[in-house]
Amino acid sequence: MTGILGNFGRYFLLMRRVFSRAEKKKIYRPLITDEMIKIGVQSVGIVALLSFFMGAVVTLQTAANIESGWIPKWTVGYTTRQTMIYEFSSTIVALVLAGKVGSNIASEIGTMRISEQIDALDIMGVNSASYLILPKLIASTIMFPFLVLMAMSVGICSGAIVGTMSKATSLNDFIYGIQYDFDSYGIVYSLIKTVFFAFILSTIPAYHGYYASGGALEVGKSSTKGVVYSMVAVMVANYLLTQILLL
Amino acid sequence: MIQVQNISKSFKDVQVLTDINIDFLPGKINFIIGRSGQGKSVLLKCMVGLLEPNVGSILYNGVDFLNMDEDQHKAIRQEVGMLFQGAALFDSMTVEENVMFPLTMYSNLTKEEKILKVNECLERVNLVGKNKLYPSELSGGMKKRTGIARAIIMNPKFLFVDEPNSGLDPETSIVIDNLIRTITYDLGSTTIVVSHDMNSVMEIGDRINFISGGRVEWQGDKHELLRSENTLLNNFVFASEFMQEIKENLKGENSKQGE
Ligand SMILES: Nc1ncnc2c1ncn2[C@@H]1O[C@H](COP(=O)(O)OP(=O)(O)OP(=O)(O)O)[C@@H](O)[C@H]1O
Ligand SMILES: [Mg+2]
Repeated sequence: MTGILGNFGRYFLLMRRVFSRAEKKKIYRPLITDEMIKIGVQSVGIVALLSFFMGAVVTLQTAANIESGWIPKWTVGYTTRQTMIYEFSSTIVALVLAGKVGSNIASEIGTMRISEQIDALDIMGVNSASYLILPKLIASTIMFPFLVLMAMSVGICSGAIVGTMSKATSLNDFIYGIQYDFDSYGIVYSLIKTVFFAFILSTIPAYHGYYASGGALEVGKSSTKGVVYSMVAVMVANYLLTQILLL
Repeated sequence: MIQVQNISKSFKDVQVLTDINIDFLPGKINFIIGRSGQGKSVLLKCMVGLLEPNVGSILYNGVDFLNMDEDQHKAIRQEVGMLFQGAALFDSMTVEENVMFPLTMYSNLTKEEKILKVNECLERVNLVGKNKLYPSELSGGMKKRTGIARAIIMNPKFLFVDEPNSGLDPETSIVIDNLIRTITYDLGSTTIVVSHDMNSVMEIGDRINFISGGRVEWQGDKHELLRSENTLLNNFVFASEFMQEIKENLKGENSKQGE
């Protein structure tokens, strides 16, 4: 077994290869478009669905916890907005995509490794690390922010819908709440985090796939590892970035 | 010309190759034969830089591959064609895209010119009209042939072929053998074929290297092979009783001629 330090070292060496000696630009363009569809467009459904329920739950819970008459009614909308923008959208979307996109990347690259397709690339003099990983990395970095923006909007809208339908809040209060003390830095903060998450979620699973060995069973294991480690890395990065960006 | 010098390779504590020395000549079909698991594929992978030998050197036209810088590697690699034992086709690409891949990466041809070249190669391996199929829709033999088409599309100076005939019917086998022969003689390429198939060894082999126990046990041409007294080699080549009979007859003829 390669120890933790060994893994770190190998990961950074791989990253260096990803960014060095890239192939012709013309070659990457169609690959990036493909990945943008696979990683971004095909995740729209799941992200929308989850953020709908997330927004609904946050709204209902906030409403349920406000019993005191001292707390203004618009707090429900305000809290939903803050939670969705500051935390839930970027983090939850990142965790969901770790499961969907991360496992996909790890198993795709892992399968290419064990069936010698990566060797075939190397033999032809192609920088396999860059050819396989860079398009996924670029596509994630472009698409994740859009997904997060969508999650924010869907979550807040669902809060409004569910909140008014269940009489937890009135539409006017909710709208007043989501406009109250609005600071666009929250969105910037979230998108900065998202870019870091995109990097983590495309490269860590790619790393585990790239160094898979053995058979189909090992590809499955490397895919699991890719997902778990990228989730942990996302949470650690989340903590560090919050510390740096908010305080 | 490729010279393998003093190559040894072990995985952890398993010694796979021990002190291998072979010269592979240009314009010739050089066979590496040997029983399963004797390190033939490992030797091939060491030669193309996929595995790093523990000691030894590999000279491409006199320059040590293991000491080349990235640019030299890249230059050599564009002159290398390789068929992997499992074909190693790109799953996400059609037959046409697979075969075209080296051109896509390295040539400035127009789309039409590339397709023309692809079709030419597909014709050589008897796969006309299969352009749009994916690897998952191909039989094992068709995958092999697609792999060969991809290996030869850049007119390689160095052609590595790992088990071209396994999984092919005798007729297609001969087609592939002839293809390897034509390419080698037309391009003057240094061709290295790993195989168990004595038929193709006898059909197209110019130079034969027999590997056993991780060492080069025997080297020679096919006429020498038939007359060799090397026990290990004979056990491999004349494994079946039928072949042993042939060998006995051959010996008989030889001794008659000698009288
Ligand atoms: N990556 C590897 N790690 C550890 N051991 C390996 C590795 N690759 C090959 N080996 C071992 O090296 C030995 C030789 O394997 P190799 O694939 O070269 O055999 P071969 O001569 O090509 O056999 P076959 O004719 O069946 O293809 C085997 O014992 C195999 O287990
Ligand atoms: Mg082999």
